[in-house]
Parts: sequence; structure tokens; C-alpha cells
Amino acid sequence: MARKRTIMIFLRDVRGALLISLWFMFLTFPIMVIKVNPIERTVVWRWDNMAYVGLLSFLLYLAGRQYLKYRERRLESSRRQSMEEKTKRFLRRLSENPVPAYTLMAVAGVFALSFPFVFSTYQTNIMITALMYVVLGLGLNIVVGVAGLLDLGYVAFYAVGAYSYALLNLHFGVGFWFALPIGALLGMTFGILLGFPVLRLRGDYLAIVTLGFGEIIRLILENWNEFSKGPSGISNIPRPGLFGLEMPLETAITYLYFLMIGLVLFTVFVVRRLQDSRIGRAWYALREDEIACQAMGIDKTRTKLTAFALGATWAGMAGVIFAAKTTFINPASFTFLESAIILCIVVLGGMGSIVGVILAALILILLPEYLRAFSDYRMLVFGAVLVLMMVFRPQGLIGHRRRTYTIKPDAGRSGNAA
Amino acid sequence: MDYFIELFFSGLTRGSIYALIALGYTMVYGIIGLINFAHGEIYMIGAFTALIVSTVLSIYNMPLAAILVLTVLASAIWAGAYGFTVEKLAYKPLRKAPRLSPLISAIGMSIFLQNYVLLAQTPDFLPFPPLIPEFAFMEPVSGVIGSSELVILTMTTSLMLLLTLFIKFTRLGKAMRATAQDRTMARLVGINVNMIISATFIIGSGLAAIGGLLIASHIGQINFFIGFIAGIKAFTAAVLGGIGSVPGAVLGSFILGLTESFATGYVSSDYEDVFAFSLLVLILIFRPAGLLGKSSAEKV
Amino acid sequence: MKNARHILAMLCALVVAAAVHAGPAAAETIKIGVAGAHSGDLASYGLPTVKAAELVVNDINARGGINGKKVELLIEDDVCKPEIATNTATKLISQGAHVIIGHICSGATKAALPIYKESGTIVISPSATNPDLTQSGDYPNFYRTIASDDAQARTEVDFAVKVLGVRKIAIIHDKGDYGKGLAEFAKTFVEQSGAAEVVLYEGVTPGAVDYSAVVQKIRRSQAEAVIFGGYHPEASKIVTQMRKKKMETIFISDDGVKDDTFIKVAGQYAEGVYATGPADVTANPLAMAAREAHVTAYGVEPGAFFDNAYAAALAITHALEQAGSTEPGAIADALRTKEVATPFGNIHFDERGDATGVGFSVYQVQNGQYIQVQ
Repeated sequence: MARKRTIMIFLRDVRGALLISLWFMFLTFPIMVIKVNPIERTVVWRWDNMAYVGLLSFLLYLAGRQYLKYRERRLESSRRQSMEEKTKRFLRRLSENPVPAYTLMAVAGVFALSFPFVFSTYQTNIMITALMYVVLGLGLNIVVGVAGLLDLGYVAFYAVGAYSYALLNLHFGVGFWFALPIGALLGMTFGILLGFPVLRLRGDYLAIVTLGFGEIIRLILENWNEFSKGPSGISNIPRPGLFGLEMPLETAITYLYFLMIGLVLFTVFVVRRLQDSRIGRAWYALREDEIACQAMGIDKTRTKLTAFALGATWAGMAGVIFAAKTTFINPASFTFLESAIILCIVVLGGMGSIVGVILAALILILLPEYLRAFSDYRMLVFGAVLVLMMVFRPQGLIGHRRRTYTIKPDAGRSGNAA
Repeated sequence: MDYFIELFFSGLTRGSIYALIALGYTMVYGIIGLINFAHGEIYMIGAFTALIVSTVLSIYNMPLAAILVLTVLASAIWAGAYGFTVEKLAYKPLRKAPRLSPLISAIGMSIFLQNYVLLAQTPDFLPFPPLIPEFAFMEPVSGVIGSSELVILTMTTSLMLLLTLFIKFTRLGKAMRATAQDRTMARLVGINVNMIISATFIIGSGLAAIGGLLIASHIGQINFFIGFIAGIKAFTAAVLGGIGSVPGAVLGSFILGLTESFATGYVSSDYEDVFAFSLLVLILIFRPAGLLGKSSAEKV
Repeated sequence: MKNARHILAMLCALVVAAAVHAGPAAAETIKIGVAGAHSGDLASYGLPTVKAAELVVNDINARGGINGKKVELLIEDDVCKPEIATNTATKLISQGAHVIIGHICSGATKAALPIYKESGTIVISPSATNPDLTQSGDYPNFYRTIASDDAQARTEVDFAVKVLGVRKIAIIHDKGDYGKGLAEFAKTFVEQSGAAEVVLYEGVTPGAVDYSAVVQKIRRSQAEAVIFGGYHPEASKIVTQMRKKKMETIFISDDGVKDDTFIKVAGQYAEGVYATGPADVTANPLAMAAREAHVTAYGVEPGAFFDNAYAAALAITHALEQAGSTEPGAIADALRTKEVATPFGNIHFDERGDATGVGFSVYQVQNGQYIQVQ
């Protein structure tokens, strides 16, 4: 009887898979099958593509069904823990019991410190890029993840930082170490400048205005030749120095790498402290419920502005380092797509989670580099990965767990007894 | 004065293109509150389908009228199918997810669709056959407004009228409005909410496809990347007018098109986008929910 | 704790193993790096260079290599983005590339050059046209087989003013690195010529849905000719809208437009458009042989910058052979002093790194084909 049922279910799945594959064959018919040449007026019919699409969607659907069933069964059986609970418990154990956490951190630390000596300059170089995005992600995390203000123009502050170093160096010969705080300050100033007009806006209106702001900054850099040298960009920006020491390229890259490690640690430290501070709690409150937040007597204006300003500060700093790293910048590096990637890092990591953001930045930036082998298909894979990650883990890689305080029942009882 | 009128018409043309795309954004937003970043890609796929279908048909020597009708139908149907599928794959599983997750999923979908067309078709620009003929009666005014501009304007206006009537008076339209107002309540009174959401995506995508077809025929070329900029502009227009409101999207699109056109004509096209976005910021400062958006006081 | 020690021990082992692995490999072959856009929307500008390098190198290897050493190609993508180009450059250096053919876009080249300069690696680009690359003196290791933007702008302006005799010129660009740079030079040259004036100088937004406002503005400025700096998609949109509005204004553009795709896309409206481009080499026997080899090897006609890339590959391999070593000074010396036969005729490089004898000609679209007119 049971066997008959399983066969029935399987048959139903096969029917579903057939329908799905028919649908996808229909859907992709014009784009995948027909290739026209409008000038020579010729058509190529690529029927083999249709077969591939049909087969692939058929198999994917069956695999997906099996996976879902497997997951359901796992959830149903109460004795066994689901994978999710296991990871959750593991993470909780990590945070409660410091010993494995410290071990893990020590391993990560040793790995990070030995990285440039173990791997090639190229690997170090892309790792620097990834670390830069870690900083950007953590910065945007303050605005989007913690304070809940959707910012689609974050790249504007990044550009401000990069151009402030490039221009100050070009005109006044200002060095990297001096430019770093200036870039951060300018980033902050622009953050406040953007923050003021958009204070009243909520949700997606805020998103589009920040998007517009990002585009405006880029367009000004592109068009105002006298100021920014326009689209041809600024070249020969010096790498960061060490007391005027001239360094060969490899040393310079290693140096920059450690600088980035330092900045990431600093950022993590500051963000952690901020999250648990008075202002950090105000940000969370703002994210959860703006009206309740106001009712509690939190100054909404100041809270929002600090979020924008602090987020922009990190972008400014990252921008200075970006300019120092590539030694050449032009407005084409600061497009909307860049903002979108940084936003993806924040959301993919799990809004508000520091470890999540670090993981997501490493994945999203290193993935395309290592996907070079796929060359043509890498952006296709990248897009698909974004969708799949969101569908299977909508809360991000590591959902943020807020610090919680629990009153233990016996503690309460003993209190009563005393 | 002539110059003013010329700029006015070029602004109207731009505006009506934005409007056709913006309607899809605004309808989807109105119902599920999602910025559908992949919408520009649907517009691009609509244009590509139109190119493919019309070329194939003209190779088989179909009469012009038949080509026109079939091309419009095919591109709207396939774009609708893509919109439907994208919603089912990338947004439906995320209905209950945190608010930003569907946005990332939409960005991913947009990157995916662009590269899908790039790989399955071509990275190069392709010439688009002029589907809109040059009318003889437009000859005297062709310096001011061409035949394709006239067709775009009339098509857009009539499609918009139809859409408004549809939303106002049909059963499906009423169900859409109900779902937009309160999804839970709509379900309680027996509206199949999933069906309504799918219908919204299909209609929005179909409109975008017609927009894609018209504009591709007007400028005579397409490639896989055209959806991106058009999408961003249309989205801006939708927000400008008050996202979620159909007349708002239309109004916002025309304002945006006219602003760009006059900024180019009287100032410089170097900064046309700066003008467009500055206008947006200004309007939103004074009307935080857009021109026709309802700035509903939030209830506690 | 025991666990932790295990992990640490394993990590140490890993570190040692990797360090041993990363040791220097024996340099038996000559490695030529090929960098440029090989994927994404600009791939069509970068891939022909890869093909050209492959053809030249296969030929050399079939004849026994350079001074008995086989040549190996290291092909890396930079998507034409400066920030990626630095990664590409460090990767090529890490892999031990002796010389580089590339990069394709000027911006990416500028970002990558300091890294090559550090290791003294010679770079030869088939398509980076920004004047600063050779004229600023910042990049002594850079050579190219294409003329710079200012030379091209000079050709365009001279043709417009002296040959066509126009007095009012509108200069339009696409706000891009290449197009705007070219437009700036064109503007300066027109103003210097004294014979003509710039009546309009505007940038258009690439990818915009409609250019009719700019077209109206051109009409209003009563320009007799438009000089456009940019690529063919925008050029064909502008030309099409101008002609549809019954404007007969002369249209002159650059080698971003001197591409057969422009004629295909703009169709009938392309007729009469002028564009500058590298000298016509279709009659050169070497160029003809290269094209034939391409068709036999890949089954299609070669794409953009193929002749330049072929010349670059020939020049650099020839220099390697003449130098007798991979020592940068010797290669540079050979590039500067020894003539090499290329599709552009016999060329060598001047002190700044520009190839002598690679200039621009003016073409016009006549009956659906680019015909050299000057």
C-alpha cells in the first residue's frame, strides 16, 4: 500500500516536472532557440538548446522536489534535529562557550597574518579588494542593517573619499596618512549633507533619493573637467607610504594588506561598541518602529543623521584606500552597480551581523575572481547565486542575534525566598 | 517658440516611454511593496522578442499588418510569461522574508537576465527594423514630430486609458485594488491573492514589452543592456509621481521627460540627469510621498 | 583544547606546504601576458587581440620559438575596469609574464601600468589611445601600435575645416573616457585653427532612450558639421534622428564609429557619414595573410583592433628575438631601433613609445561600405 503511494507521488512529481520543463521550453523559445541576423535576414534555429532547457528544468524540478521532501521529513522527525537547529546550537555554543570561539578566532588570525607570505601577490591583492568591501559592508551595515535606512547611493561617499585623496595629492601633494582622516571627514560631511533633506522620507522614497544622490555625485565628477579631470580620471596616485620609505611593489601590497587588516579590526571594534551603545540601541529602535521610537523620547533627527554620517565615514576611508590601491581612479568605478553589490553584501550577510557581513564580502568579491575560469558565465552564475541565496536563506547567511537577557526561573524563585 | 514646441514634443516622447515602463513598477509596488529591479530587463526581453519575431516573420514574407499585430502580441505574451516566472521563482518564496531580501533577489534576477540574453543572443548592438512606417500626412511637420513619436504618444495614452478603465471597472481590477489596500482582508473576502499578484506582473510586463518594442523601433537598435538605464529612469518617474499610484506614474514620467528635454535644450545635456534627480529630491522634500502618492499618516 | 592544537598543527603544515609550492618555477618558456576585456559588454574590443596573439605565437612556435624557446600565452581578463586591471596585472606578474600585450581600454591600462613599471615589464597596447600614456613621460615601459586621440582629433578637424570647408562645428561626445577626451582635443584644434568656430559643445548620456532634444539643439545651433566623439551605438542613434528630422548636417566621427556594426545598425542613414580610422591595410600582404589565417583558424572575419593587435604581437616577438633575452632594457632598445614588418608596413617606436607610421585616414560610408577618402 505504502509502496503504491510512493510510486503515485513519484509519478505526480514526474508529471509536474514535465509540465515545468514544457513551460520553460516555451518561455525560452524565442531567446534561446531563434537567433536572427536582421541585416542578412537569416535565421538560425537552435533546437538543441530547447532540448537542454527542457532536460535541465526537468531534472532541476525533480531534484528540488526531492530536496523539499527531504527537508520536510527532517522537520517532521522530532527526535532528530534539523540541520538548521544544529548550526544554531553550534553558533550559540560558540558565543556562550568562549574556548572554541577563541580557537576559531586564533586560527582565522593566524591565517590572516600569514596570508601574504603564503600566497602570491595576486592573491594578496584580491584579498585587499575583498577586505575593502568588508569595510564598506560594515559601514553600510550601520545605515541599512542597524538603522534600517535603505541607502542605494552609498558609492557616492566612496567616490568622495577616493577623489579627496586623489585631488589633494594632485594639487597639494598631500600624503596618504594625512588624506585618510580628511577623506573620512569629507565622507561624513557629505553623509550629513545627504541626511538633512531626506530626514522626512521613508523606505523606498529614501532609497530612490539616495540612488539619485549617488548618480549626481558621479555625473558631476564626470562632467566637471576643471575640477575632477572628468572621465579620463586621475592617475599616478601614490601608494600608502611608511615614513617616506620607498617600497617595491610586493612589499607595498603586503603593507597595504596589513593596513586593511588593521582597518577591518578597527571597524569591527567600533561597530561592535556602537551597536551596544545608547546610539546603537536608538538605531535598532528606529529600525523596528519609528513612531514608538519617537514616543520613547529618542531624537529621530539626530539618530538618523549620525547613522548616515558614521556610515559615510567608513566609505570615505575605504575610498581613500581604494585610490591608493589602484593608483588610478575615474568616475566609471563608482556606478550604481557598485552600490548594489555593497548592499548585497549587507543583506546576504544577514542585516546587522558583523560576521555575516565579513563572510558575505569575502564570498561576493572573491567569487567572481575565482569564477574567472567560467569567464563568460560568471556574471550569470553571480546573479543566480544572489537569487538562490535569498530564496534559501532570506534572513542572510547569519541572522543577527541581538544580545538578550533572560531571567532564569530559579534565580527568581530564590529571590522570592530570600 | 518653435524650438520650445520641438523640445516639448521630444520631452513628451521620452515621458511616454518612461510611463509605459513606470506603470509596471508602480503596479507591482502597489500590490506587494517591492521595487522590482528586474522590470527593466523584462522591457529589454520584450524588445528582443519583438526583434526576433518580426525578423522571422518578414523573412517568411508575411504582410506588414500581420507582422505588426503578431509582433506586438508575441512580445507582450512572452514578456508577460517572463514576468510571471520571475515572480514565481524569485519573489514568491520571499513573501514573508525580511523587507530587503526580495530587493536583493530582484537585483540578482536583473543581472541574471541581462547575462542570459547576452549569452543566448549577442553582446553587440543589433539593428531593429522600423516597425512604425513613416506616414505621408506627417511629412509637413516631420521636423517637429515624427511618425514614430506620434505612434508612441497615441499608443501610450490609449494604453493608459485602457488600464485605468480596467482597474476601475473590471472584476480583476477591483480585486487588484483590494489586494493593494489590504492583502489579508482581500484574502478573507475570497480573492485569490496569488492569482492577483501574478496577473499584476503579467500586465506590467506586457506594458513594458510594448514600451520596449516602440522605443526600439524609434531609435532603431537594441542590445542586452538597454533595460538598465530605462528601468532606473522609469523607477525614478514612478517615485516622483508617488509610487503605487497609476496616474502618479504617468504624471511623474511626463514631468521627468519634459525636465530632461528642457534641461538639454536650454542648459546642457551634460547635466540632464543631474537636473532629473535634483528635481526628484526637491519634490520629495516638499511632498515626501511623491506628487500623487497618499502620505497616509501612520497609525500606531 | 586538543582539537585546537590539531588545527594549529594542520595549519602550520599547510603554510609550509604552500610556501614550498610557491617557489620559483624554472623559466624555460617565454611568457607573454595578454590582458584586456574578454567578457562583458566590451568583450568585442578585447577578444580580437587574444586571437591575434594566438595566431602570431602559434606561428612562431611552429617555427621553433624565439631563439629556441617556446612562447607561452597567459591570457587574463580585466573587463576594462581599472580596479580589476590591477588584479590582472599582479596576477600576470605573479605568473612570471615577461612582456604584456594589452590592455585594451585606456583607463584600465593607466591603472595597470604602475604595477608593470615596478617590475620593468614592457607593455604594448593595440588600442589604448589616451595621449597621456605616451606624452606624459610617466610610463617609460609603455608602447602602442595605435595613434593617440589627439592625432585622431587633429585628422578630424583638419578634414572638416580644410577639406570640407565648414565654418560652424558642433562637437558632441558621450561623456566617456575616450569620447570626451577626443572631443576636448577637437574643440581645442577648431579654436586654434581660426577658420571655424565651435557653435555647440555637449555631452550626451550613453544609453538614453531618445536623443531628439540634443538633435534639436544641433539644428538650432546651425552647425554645418557635427564632430562626434564616442562609440557607434550613440552615433547611429544621433545620425538616425538627425536624418529623420531632415537635417543634412555633415557627421564626422572617430574609429569607435568606424566599425561595420555602425553601418548595419544605422542602415540607410549611415550613408555619407565620415569616420577616421587606422590606415586602410586591406592591400598589405601581411594584413591579408593575417586575415586569411584568422578565417581558417576561427571561421569568421577578425574583429576590432585586430590589425593593431597583430602588429603589436609581431613587434614584441620580433623585439624579443632581436634582444636575445627577456631583459626589459634590451627589449626596449630593440623596439626603438629595429624595424619590424607589420600590417601597417615597417614600423619602429619613438622615444615616447608611439609607433611611427601608424596614422589615421578618413573614411566615408558609400553604398554601405567605408571607403577611404583621404
